[in-house]
Amino acid sequence: MAGATRAPAKSVVVIGVGNNLRGDDGAGLAAAARLRGEPGIQVRTSAGEGIDLLAMWEDAGAVLLVDAVRSGAPAGTIHRYDVSDEPLPSSPRRPAGHAISTSDAIELARQLGQLPAKVVVFGVEGGRFETGSALSPAVEAAIEPLVAAVATESRRLLADARLRAGSAS
Amino acid sequence: MSLITDSAERTLRVDYLARVEGEGAMYIKLSGNEVQDVRLRIYEPPRFFEAFLRGRAFTEVPDIAARICGICPIAYQTSGARAIEDACGVAIDDGPIRDLRRLIYCGEWIESHALHVYALHAPDFLGYQSMIELAADHPQVAEQGLALKKTGNRLVALIGGREIHPINMRVGGFYRVPSRTELLALRDPLQQALEQSLATVRFVAQLPMPDVTRDFEFVCLRDGELYPIDRGRIVSDRGLDIEPAQFARNIVEEHVQHSNALHARIRERGAYLTGPLARYNLCYDQLRPLAREAAAEVGLDRSCRNPFQSIIVRAVELVDACDEALELIERYEPPDRPALEVQPRRGVGHGVSEAPRGMLYHRYELDDDGTILDARIVPPTSQNQLAIEEDLRAVVDRYHDLDDEELGLRCEQAIRNHDPCISCATHFLQLTVEREDPSPVAAELG
Repeated sequence: MAGATRAPAKSVVVIGVGNNLRGDDGAGLAAAARLRGEPGIQVRTSAGEGIDLLAMWEDAGAVLLVDAVRSGAPAGTIHRYDVSDEPLPSSPRRPAGHAISTSDAIELARQLGQLPAKVVVFGVEGGRFETGSALSPAVEAAIEPLVAAVATESRRLLADARLRAGSAS
Repeated sequence: MSLITDSAERTLRVDYLARVEGEGAMYIKLSGNEVQDVRLRIYEPPRFFEAFLRGRAFTEVPDIAARICGICPIAYQTSGARAIEDACGVAIDDGPIRDLRRLIYCGEWIESHALHVYALHAPDFLGYQSMIELAADHPQVAEQGLALKKTGNRLVALIGGREIHPINMRVGGFYRVPSRTELLALRDPLQQALEQSLATVRFVAQLPMPDVTRDFEFVCLRDGELYPIDRGRIVSDRGLDIEPAQFARNIVEEHVQHSNALHARIRERGAYLTGPLARYNLCYDQLRPLAREAAAEVGLDRSCRNPFQSIIVRAVELVDACDEALELIERYEPPDRPALEVQPRRGVGHGVSEAPRGMLYHRYELDDDGTILDARIVPPTSQNQLAIEEDLRAVVDRYHDLDDEELGLRCEQAIRNHDPCISCATHFLQLTVEREDPSPVAAELG
């Protein structure tokens, strides 16, 4: 039935993380919705239960996670962290209302050798996380550049993968 | 954890307690070794689901209620659907639709209990701050937990359409029922999950176990011959034995100033405990033989009043849920129709089921055309809130000799004994222990 469609092996998976009923926490989902249909990538969404991310990326060659963060920067600031080889910095973490956060999931996967070769987190700084509120104007304005940044990164990863496949054949 | 001192008092504070679902705070005040005050403060804002439901169609309950919780949506859908069916004079008490309800509910127990045992609770017993540290020292244990969770998720996704906030449950049954072939595809993963559950019982039984005995009044459903999941009468070990319709006559909910969740208590008696420990103590005889054997093998008595041993009971329930799921799949034949016809009528209906963390009650009042006039939802965590506060008193009484950091950790572990889902009850758990005898210890907890 409806579950996540299986991505071709070593594909690029974009996972939007968040809750669109909690204000700016919906930023990752809003970006993911705009990335659907982008050629060559699989777009998935997570309601924020970090532990389920491990199953969501188990077939991925590269993962781009898009999530709201709270680090004290101005709302709408876009952060980019390549966590393939090192953890997320401790301060910009999402306001984890769930038991296992996104950063916990990344480190758990790394510990168990279940982290895809390339993992990049795009974090958009949230301003308000109240129940039911829409995206704040600053975060709303950040969605377009955020989507563009994720799309550019996806295309680059796909091109690199094709290049590697080409040189291998 | 930071310690703020002034001339008279000590305040030990954990500003962010990890490994619980949702946001709340704990406040403990000590004078010397004497506990003065304990409060589980849920400050997640009220969510108004009951108000959203008023004015909606009776058929919308399973989809709206599923949004209350990402961990136990099946519980909300089951209690909600049963309450609506009750109001409309329909009962699904046997047959393949009921079997499918129990089967998807088994999936929810498996994924929720696996998450709690491995990711949230086991690290406490081993002195780890998180499952990541546990995974570093015991990678196979962590992988076992993840595999169990994944199988539970698969079962929920197969029957429910997706694993978080499933979309395939409806009043009267399902929109689409799986084929026998689809379910049989889960037989091998569930067989593995059963083996992993048995290994889980053995793993948790050898964890260092704090020694606290509590005089709980246990409350759970009791349902004919089956271990309570989807229906039953509400019973306790102190004489309560009532139909779901009598819930409000026997259990009262009160607003307390320090919490955005209502506190439930048994009228004229007080705190009670619902959840795995209650089910195990009151319905041990209904556990499947394999689950009872697993408990006996590790020496778990049939009466268990140490709240820390709830981790063993959850593992025993994992065995029970995997074993029952396998039987339900073996005998499954799809029903003729995926759902019974449910015609609206004016009236009141009640539905109760056993969420992984405890009993969940719904009550709806419907108009002639099925419009919801009134809704009431009592989640397990608000029922357990008082018992958790009483547990903390007992833990502080028993372990007041520990230093502030150790005592703080023990208190957090005690909260997690009951797998509180604060999101359901109304999100950050902040722990404060205040002592009147000053001691200059300060530390940061994850």
